[in-house]
Amino acid sequence: MEKKEHIISVLVHNKPDVLARIAGILGGKGYNIESLCVNTTMQYEVSKIVMTTLGNKETIMRIENQLRRLVDVIQVDNLTNVESIHRELILVRLNLTADKKEQIKNTVDTNKWKVIVSADDYLILEITGDNSQIDFALARLEPLGIVDITRTGIIALNLEN
Amino acid sequence: MKLKGTEILLKMLEEENVEIMFGYPGGAVLDIYDQIYKSNMKHILVRHEQGAVHAADGYARATGKVGVCLVTSGPGATNTVTGIATANMDSIPLVVFTGQVPTGLIGNDAFQECDITGITRPCSKHNFLVRNIEDLASTIKEAFHIARSGRPGPVLVDLPKNVMAASTEYDPAAVRIRNHEVSYKPSPKKIANFFEMLQKAKKPLIMTGGGVILGRASEQLTQFARQYRIPVTGTLMGLGSFPGRDPLWLGMLGMHGTYYANMAISHCDLLCAVGARFDDRVTGTIETFAPNAKIIQVDIDPSSINRNVTVDLPIVGDTKAVLSDMITYFDEHNYAYENEERNQWLGQIAEWKESVPLTYCQNGNVIKPQFVIETLYKLTKGEAIITTEVGQNQMWTAQFFHFDKPNTFVSSGGLGTMGYGLPAAIGVKCAFPDKHVVDIAGDGSIQMNIQELATAAQYKINVKIVLLNNGYLGMVRQWQELFYEKRYSFTDMTYAPDFVKLAEAFGIVGLRAEKPEEVEAVLKQGLSLDQPVLMDFRVSREECVYPMVHPGDSISNMSLGSRETVN
Ligand SMILES: Cc1ncc(C[n+]2csc(CCOP(=O)(O)OP(=O)(O)O)c2C)c(N)n1
Repeated sequence: MEKKEHIISVLVHNKPDVLARIAGILGGKGYNIESLCVNTTMQYEVSKIVMTTLGNKETIMRIENQLRRLVDVIQVDNLTNVESIHRELILVRLNLTADKKEQIKNTVDTNKWKVIVSADDYLILEITGDNSQIDFALARLEPLGIVDITRTGIIALNLEN
Repeated sequence: MKLKGTEILLKMLEEENVEIMFGYPGGAVLDIYDQIYKSNMKHILVRHEQGAVHAADGYARATGKVGVCLVTSGPGATNTVTGIATANMDSIPLVVFTGQVPTGLIGNDAFQECDITGITRPCSKHNFLVRNIEDLASTIKEAFHIARSGRPGPVLVDLPKNVMAASTEYDPAAVRIRNHEVSYKPSPKKIANFFEMLQKAKKPLIMTGGGVILGRASEQLTQFARQYRIPVTGTLMGLGSFPGRDPLWLGMLGMHGTYYANMAISHCDLLCAVGARFDDRVTGTIETFAPNAKIIQVDIDPSSINRNVTVDLPIVGDTKAVLSDMITYFDEHNYAYENEERNQWLGQIAEWKESVPLTYCQNGNVIKPQFVIETLYKLTKGEAIITTEVGQNQMWTAQFFHFDKPNTFVSSGGLGTMGYGLPAAIGVKCAFPDKHVVDIAGDGSIQMNIQELATAAQYKINVKIVLLNNGYLGMVRQWQELFYEKRYSFTDMTYAPDFVKLAEAFGIVGLRAEKPEEVEAVLKQGLSLDQPVLMDFRVSREECVYPMVHPGDSISNMSLGSRETVN
């Protein structure tokens, strides 16, 4: 069966080892976590984990069931099959070398990217978007010479409730 | 009331109605042991921490209650891992308390420090490290709750020394835990679907598993099968969940299952699995398992459903609740089962039973291991709780002892842990001092936790060991005979202690039988003595367990063994 990327949102009790348990149950059973985001919710005791993993329908069902077995897991939702909104964020550093300086400034302006640090010899950009928008940005940025980059995992929100 | 951690622990054990614990002391738990000394808590000092966990596990399997043990940090804790994994694979409720170095030293490679919560994370249901005295009481309460609720399992609680020495306000009425309530009631629609499928079926079959015993649903299962004349087979863990003497019972299925159970699986048109998870030892090759059947699976744990085989009707729920609802629903809807088709199906099964019964050949002047088990069954009239080790001894027990009641067959199924049977028997006997408790053992396995004979001797825990001594790691030898052209690589165990003298050295009774005609007398004597007894039966060395489905083969394709062999 066809493998596709699934976005799974998990509400957990905010315990020191909860991430180890989740990583353990997936890794131990041979499922790879492609991306991961964790933070507390409006209640400090409860964290939300959003992760993406590759698999067919059956594999994903198994992953969800394995997660539900964990004592610290409160709720598991698969956001792939419901209407939901997805975002990633990147921070990128570009060096303003003499030969690229003009080109960098033009590309940043045309794409209306947000410059969060502007120094004499470098820039730091903050770009958010869904997966394809980030990929699009990276394709533009790459020829300009990315010195350093950090990309978050996907975060997602269910639009249906 | 302000209490110390050690006092709170003992109070909480009382709250949880813990009658007995199995343990082994050490530096990190000295304070706890001092508190036990001052209390009325019954504690059995084992000789190895693995023995403590298996004993607690045997106690739990025989009583249905939570088994409890206590060990020290570091090596004491790591010695429990095999026991915890054993309990986890078979969903046995345990609470294992481990000592830990003081919180300030955790992470420093302190003396006898080890990250036992990290180590046991993948092989326990859950675990806790108690960092604050304020959390102690609620953590203990939660540990017991988690161990016994839903699909049960072992829970480890790691207790740093300084936390146990600290004091806090304790009020049992105020101990609260997080809410873990989940509903295990099946949906009525599923019950209706179940009914429809069964009504259409011409050749229905029930497969019962450990979940029926854990869910205390044997009575409902038996009533249901009998009332509607549905034949029943079982997994190793399901033995005892349906009466072994009932004509509807087909015995165990799978790799060493009966011919008729495996034939019934292969020909049924509806298979209803209750509390069983389709382990590969049960199914053989998945593609040819129950090829003509629609499959219904009832299990409390959604992660067990659709894992190994794809089922047509999954029912998530407590086995007892599902079966009770089924019985009510069937009563209300007039299920037609007295028909020609059903008679034919039961007739077909009776034919299979007759054509290839479970048997062995009793010839020569050598004791057959199966004969020992048959004689034990006859002498006890089945009124015994049997533990086993792992290997041929375990399979022959499953085949030749006909378990009538739940919680009377105590064996490591999922993990297959050699060395389980003796300490487990000790745990069982502590719960049922008036019953025969017998460990059916192999000479390899018994040597893995033989030190526990000292525990039995010290506390006069009168377990009986029926040692099927073939001088081999028999089950492995069998595979070498069948699949490695008899290259017996490192399975000859002829170099072994004299078990009778060994028993005597431990201060218990040792008996021996070398001829078939001695078997009954030795068993009679062994069972009648009011002491722990090890009975050494020198059995046929190269006997194999049959029927056998070769690994990777379909379960309808069994080798039945030569029925003429003379040793
Ligand atoms: C702790 C452990 N180590 C190894 C094995 C692999 N194993 C399975 S059965 C078996 C042989 C058991 O021999 P014995 O106890 O003499 O019993 P028999 O098969 O002869 O009845 C072995 C080595 C195991 N199940 N458990």
